[in-house]
Amino acid sequence: MQQLLTFIRKEFLHVIRDRKTLLMLFGLPIAQIVLFGFALSNEVKNSRIAVADYSKDPVTTQIINEIASGNYFDIQRTLQSAAQLESAFKKGNIRMAVIFPANFSNDLTHTGKATIQVIADASDPNLATTITNYITRIINNFNTQTALTAGQPLQIIPEMQFLYNPELKGAPNFVPGVMALVLMLVCTMMTSVAIVKEKELGTMEILLVSPFKPIYIIISKLAPNLIISIVNLFIILILSALFLDLQVKGSILLLTFDSMLFILTSLSIGLLLSINAKTQQAAMMASLMGMMLPTMLLTGFLFPIENMPVALQVLSNLVPSRWYFIIVKKVMLKGLGITAVWKETLILAGMCLLLFAISLRRFKIRLQ
Amino acid sequence: MPDITPNISSTATNTPSTAPPVIVTDKLTKRFGQFIAANQLTFQVNKGEIFGFLGANGAGKTTAMRMLCGLLKPSSGKASIAGFDVYTQTEKIKRRIGYMSQKFSLYDDLTVSENIRFYAGIYGMSIPQIKEKTAQLLQELGLEKEAKTLVSDLPLGWKQKLAFSVSIAHEPDIVFLDEPTGGVDPVTRRQFWDLIYHAADRGVTIFVTTHYMDEAEYCNRVSIMVDGVIAALDSPTRLKQQFGHDNMEDVFYELARNAKRKAD
Repeated sequence: MQQLLTFIRKEFLHVIRDRKTLLMLFGLPIAQIVLFGFALSNEVKNSRIAVADYSKDPVTTQIINEIASGNYFDIQRTLQSAAQLESAFKKGNIRMAVIFPANFSNDLTHTGKATIQVIADASDPNLATTITNYITRIINNFNTQTALTAGQPLQIIPEMQFLYNPELKGAPNFVPGVMALVLMLVCTMMTSVAIVKEKELGTMEILLVSPFKPIYIIISKLAPNLIISIVNLFIILILSALFLDLQVKGSILLLTFDSMLFILTSLSIGLLLSINAKTQQAAMMASLMGMMLPTMLLTGFLFPIENMPVALQVLSNLVPSRWYFIIVKKVMLKGLGITAVWKETLILAGMCLLLFAISLRRFKIRLQ
Repeated sequence: MPDITPNISSTATNTPSTAPPVIVTDKLTKRFGQFIAANQLTFQVNKGEIFGFLGANGAGKTTAMRMLCGLLKPSSGKASIAGFDVYTQTEKIKRRIGYMSQKFSLYDDLTVSENIRFYAGIYGMSIPQIKEKTAQLLQELGLEKEAKTLVSDLPLGWKQKLAFSVSIAHEPDIVFLDEPTGGVDPVTRRQFWDLIYHAADRGVTIFVTTHYMDEAEYCNRVSIMVDGVIAALDSPTRLKQQFGHDNMEDVFYELARNAKRKAD
């Protein structure tokens, strides 16, 4: 036991002495959160729009006020004619126009149905989709409100629904992705590099000749990375709660438990990589290329898995981060409990055990 | 190469023959598929002896040494280290041996005393023992002032001496040195050999591989491996007589030039 403590102490000294790497380890989650949360946001704020109100009645005024009140839209001008509309789009002053037809109020009072014309600049299709979604939501809200007060259902435009992310926030989807990415990267890379370093230094030979048990070497190598990763996990959770207004809806205990499973799985992958890598650079490249790309592409946080070719969909099942991503989304965003994620948890636990067993076996073989 | 005459104080012939040999091998063989890396090695090394293990690259030195350290399982033959069998008692052997590789194998980002502490610690020494040993080693090496210096800041010669001291910190019966003097200047090498004699005087058996033929002269006995077999084994003086040369360099060359294997 004291032998093990000596070794773990040494591993921590390595980590602490290497300031640059340490800074990188803790800087990584912070940078990712800032990058995805602010710089690469899907949210579109203060879009310049124009309004043409040919009806000019209390209802249209009210809707226009609703549109102007949020921080999504900035009503640049009110239009008088179709010609003005065209020129405004051509100049690129506005991204969208909302037009209330002259018979709007009339239709609404008599039939309970009315249309609003929404014209968006679709030169950036994603942007157009996003802002038309915003306007749809605002109008739907208005419909519901008036229905409650007037007791009469109004239909202005088709209903749309956004589950779990009613404000179309960018954060909910990427935070679980960042968690999977950061944990996977730190664990595999740091573990494989730490072990390969001993091989490069020649110290691994000494360790193998010594009575120190191989399993102890593995435990000592994993210990600092495990702790760093748990700290990283909480850094991400705290940052998203503070700055992205994204709290953990479900059980933090369950989330931590599943994160530990994922961390251990990633550590085992790092261990496995280190067995075949001969240099630190090789280990680092293997971790980056072998782990970062599948994590980014096949986890489902950048590209929906449902849209992928079948072969890739099948392949994505083998990527541990895919299951972790699902778990985090369910627990963190939807507030679901173990009954909803037991299957994913079991898959992750199975992967973890399998990978650890294989790496342990391979590691021992090297000694013979 | 300066003329360095070692003052051998403890020789194999001086060692009382009552003590049983610490390394005994009998037809020890290692095959990798069709390739026989080490072929029927039979030799004995006595307690406190400095045993030189010479051979060109690829001759099978490393394979032989790895079998003796318990890192490789022999294909056939027998071997015992400090009385323990290399097939079945590798864990016991590990406690009784020390090992120093040609890379010196110290952690650059740890201080001198942290390195000593670590290596003593993984051999299961207790904390008071480690403290005592650290103080003793620092004093012997004259590194007391450098106790808190990072190993990366030490000159190569000091690293080498520290690596050797660390390899015998747990007081093993035998220490295996794998080309321990690579890359250092002759004066430092001479100082290093003083440390080796000092350890041998205390009864530690030294098993050393080297490329430097002047170092072969410092050994009590040397074996020369060619193509996986031991081609010659005796004291340097008798080997020179036997082959009719006045230095080990010529003895080695005569044996090694007939090698069929290419260096790896």
